Amino acid sequence: MKVELTVNGELVAADVEDRMLLVHYLRDVAGLTATNVGCDTTSCGACTVLLDGESVKSCTLLAAQADGASVITVEGLADADGTLHPVQQAFREQHGLQCGFCTPGMVMAIVSLLRENPHPTEEQVRSGLEGNLCRCTGYHNIVKAALAVGRLSGQESTAAENGSAL
Amino acid sequence: MDGDRTGVLGTRVLRIEDQRLLTVGGTYVDDLDIPELAGAARVTFVRSPLAHALVTAVDASAARGEPGVIAVLTGEDAPPLPDEPLAEPLLAGERVRFVGEPVAMVITDGQYRGEDAAELVSVDYEPLPAVASLDDALADETLLFPATGSNVAGAAGAEDSTGDALFEGCEVVVGATIVNQRVAPVPLEVRGAAATWADDRLTMWASTQNSQLARFAVAGTLGLPPDAVRIITPDVGGGFGAKIAVDREHLAVAWATRHLGRPLRWSETRSENMVAMTHGRAQRQEITIGGTRDGKILAYRFDFVQDSGAYPRAGFLPSLTRLMTSGAYLIPRVECSYKFVLTSTTPIAAYRGAGRPEATAAVERAVDLFAAGIGMDPAEVRRLNVVPPDRFPYTTPTGATYDTGDYAVALDKVLAAAGYGELRAEQAARRERGDRVQLGLGLATYVEITAGDGGGESGRIDIHEDGTATVFTGSSAHGQGHATAWSMLVQEELGIAMGDVTVVHGDTDIIPTGIGTFGSRSLQLGGAAVHKAAGEVKEQARGLAAELAGVTEQDMEFDPRLGVWRVHGESGTDLEWGKIAGAAGPDGLTADVMFTAASPTFPFGAHLAVVEVDTETGKVTLVRHVTVDDAGVLVNPLLAEGQRHGGIAQGAAQALLEEVVYDADGNPLTGTLADYAIITATELPSFELVDSQTPTGINPLGVKGIGEAGTIGSTPAVQNAVVDAVAHLGVRHIDMPTTPQRVWAAIREAANTKAMDTKAEAAR
Repeated sequence: MKVELTVNGELVAADVEDRMLLVHYLRDVAGLTATNVGCDTTSCGACTVLLDGESVKSCTLLAAQADGASVITVEGLADADGTLHPVQQAFREQHGLQCGFCTPGMVMAIVSLLRENPHPTEEQVRSGLEGNLCRCTGYHNIVKAALAVGRLSGQESTAAENGSAL
Repeated sequence: MDGDRTGVLGTRVLRIEDQRLLTVGGTYVDDLDIPELAGAARVTFVRSPLAHALVTAVDASAARGEPGVIAVLTGEDAPPLPDEPLAEPLLAGERVRFVGEPVAMVITDGQYRGEDAAELVSVDYEPLPAVASLDDALADETLLFPATGSNVAGAAGAEDSTGDALFEGCEVVVGATIVNQRVAPVPLEVRGAAATWADDRLTMWASTQNSQLARFAVAGTLGLPPDAVRIITPDVGGGFGAKIAVDREHLAVAWATRHLGRPLRWSETRSENMVAMTHGRAQRQEITIGGTRDGKILAYRFDFVQDSGAYPRAGFLPSLTRLMTSGAYLIPRVECSYKFVLTSTTPIAAYRGAGRPEATAAVERAVDLFAAGIGMDPAEVRRLNVVPPDRFPYTTPTGATYDTGDYAVALDKVLAAAGYGELRAEQAARRERGDRVQLGLGLATYVEITAGDGGGESGRIDIHEDGTATVFTGSSAHGQGHATAWSMLVQEELGIAMGDVTVVHGDTDIIPTGIGTFGSRSLQLGGAAVHKAAGEVKEQARGLAAELAGVTEQDMEFDPRLGVWRVHGESGTDLEWGKIAGAAGPDGLTADVMFTAASPTFPFGAHLAVVEVDTETGKVTLVRHVTVDDAGVLVNPLLAEGQRHGGIAQGAAQALLEEVVYDADGNPLTGTLADYAIITATELPSFELVDSQTPTGINPLGVKGIGEAGTIGSTPAVQNAVVDAVAHLGVRHIDMPTTPQRVWAAIREAANTKAMDTKAEAAR
């Protein structure tokens, strides 16, 4: 069937198998491989993207279910000139990533979390990230990164967050 | 001075890897979009649903008739087994030995067809009794390899036992049988590979920690000379020891690629990964410890059974455990024996710490049992018994020689940072009040062995005519930040800015010599090789610079702050790296080093875990975790802390939550991430790290390994804390994971025992 999505602001259309998962549409059709598959039970969150502004696990949606929607992946976060989104920047500054595999999903989950609660407590960050697994960092610096952005936020918002998809 | 490039070592340099990983993501093996793999077919494995059975027939005709199915390969097609009694086939032959064992491989076009076709492969099994537990294995009634006559695949130490004499002169002797449970490594990236066969060469892209070791394994399986095999390691999404070299599935993919003559790619599902990637730990341990009432430990016996799983991939694990038996303590009399037994379960192999966490958990529980037995604070018992600083280098009764350390200082630093006295007072107050939520403090003083394999590591530096440098390392990164650390080493030594250094690893055509990453060996061997190569480059450059300047070598001086050579005391004679590289011969300005250390290093530290235990529900909450992890000199504290954080979390996870469980028939009950209780952010606090750097003289950088230390210290600290929280209720020990059910049951059992004792007392 034909599935048409706006991915990071660009229109993508393709005829795909009915059962194709959104994550495979993003990876194999749109060619955006930052979004990873880490499990098959919606447990790990490596595939987290924003669908019409809400964070979803893209391994648990059919591409067809997302037809007509707007998707933001981690590739769509930084500015065109390469300026990192504040969450990306905080991950770098706080050493919030090691192998990088969970990172795209983790970053998107935090972008979503901070939109809902711009100034979270540590407990709120930890409970908000329950659905995103990381095996490298012990979550310590990921939580620190999210809190650092929370402290900064309110000062400015970025282009990506003002985009129509969000 | 402005622009000074020296002094970078020891500073918190942000990672050069991150920009790419954060914006476009890494290129993991399943992300590869390269011409060589255009049109590659997908491999799906058909796996055994039974723990132990004879394979009586495999019928692939239905699968072969499906559209998109290119081939179905079975054990009959696979290359013959090596002539070894416990050899592991690529695809099962007449017998399967664990749930998840590969039986056939289906090669298909398209994303989802493989799973459809795999379901159509009909395999007839004749079920055999499972060997699901250590007791089943030791009974030797059902044999996994009947020709060998026993499920015991190895043993050591029993012949040296002195029996009860070991504890002669001890005023108190206590012991317990405890379980160091089986856990799953769960790197976020599952296993995967892609391969091509062209021009009589096999090229494989693999998610591995060791491309060079993988090359020998693939060449051996395919009967090819090593130079007919090229292994390329793209980004690797975590390994934790479970991606050392390659597994049988990688080898099967390599073989099938050559067999079919077309490019293949394979990426397992997480559910496959949970049963088919190797597991870790899995020991049943008997510990007995004795000493005097004033706290001196005199004797320790440690006997354990190492579960090997279905194939003996991990003979080195129990020997490493045995080597580290006495931990950080100076114990006059120590004995250790083990058996290594086959069970019809997923094979056990390295998992972060690999043998050392098991030894540490045993001795740390033993020390706490001893402390409880004599009524002394466990911190005091540790202080009395750790190896004192004037005894280094110290050779243990089981043959390890600890290089450097000050274990009592590590302990005291942790106690001071945590406010141990206040915490004990708070605990006493809660006990006094009979609070529902009790406080537990758990300690571990540990020592571990890193770079214990005795091998070296390669490091080559090329200086280019544009003044940049390329580092070729045999070491292999999967999250540790090698590129950042190696670039820092070059900048420090040669004054070439980190941004002008490119680090290359993991392509055996470019770097044929190397060993790769495991056992926390990277910085102390691979980093030291880069450091030494930089030194050699400098020596060569001195001669070239002297020639260019028309003076003698002695007249040249190097200014590492700017990375320039000049004639001593003469301004305006600066020669930059590019110019010197241009003056080099046809091989360019390059140095290639294999660094081998004279001996392993022994990082050490102390962990204090603080837990709250709800005595009505048994729920444990880890509220604080304070550590000293001394791994010698730090090249980049940011990276070292990251290693500690991850290690602490994985170790705490074993103590609190994680366990691979099988039923009596050998069926895995934790086969998905929905069933396996992998630790999340909600179950962990932020960690409190205390700095400590005791250099070693074993390598020129003064560094030890930091990759596994956190895991080794945290597991027993957290477990000890849980027991401590309910010790006043009469609980002596709780096996890991300390789930609410277990903690609650332990509290109930202690209460019942107490009630019975009171009754018996009254009856007298």
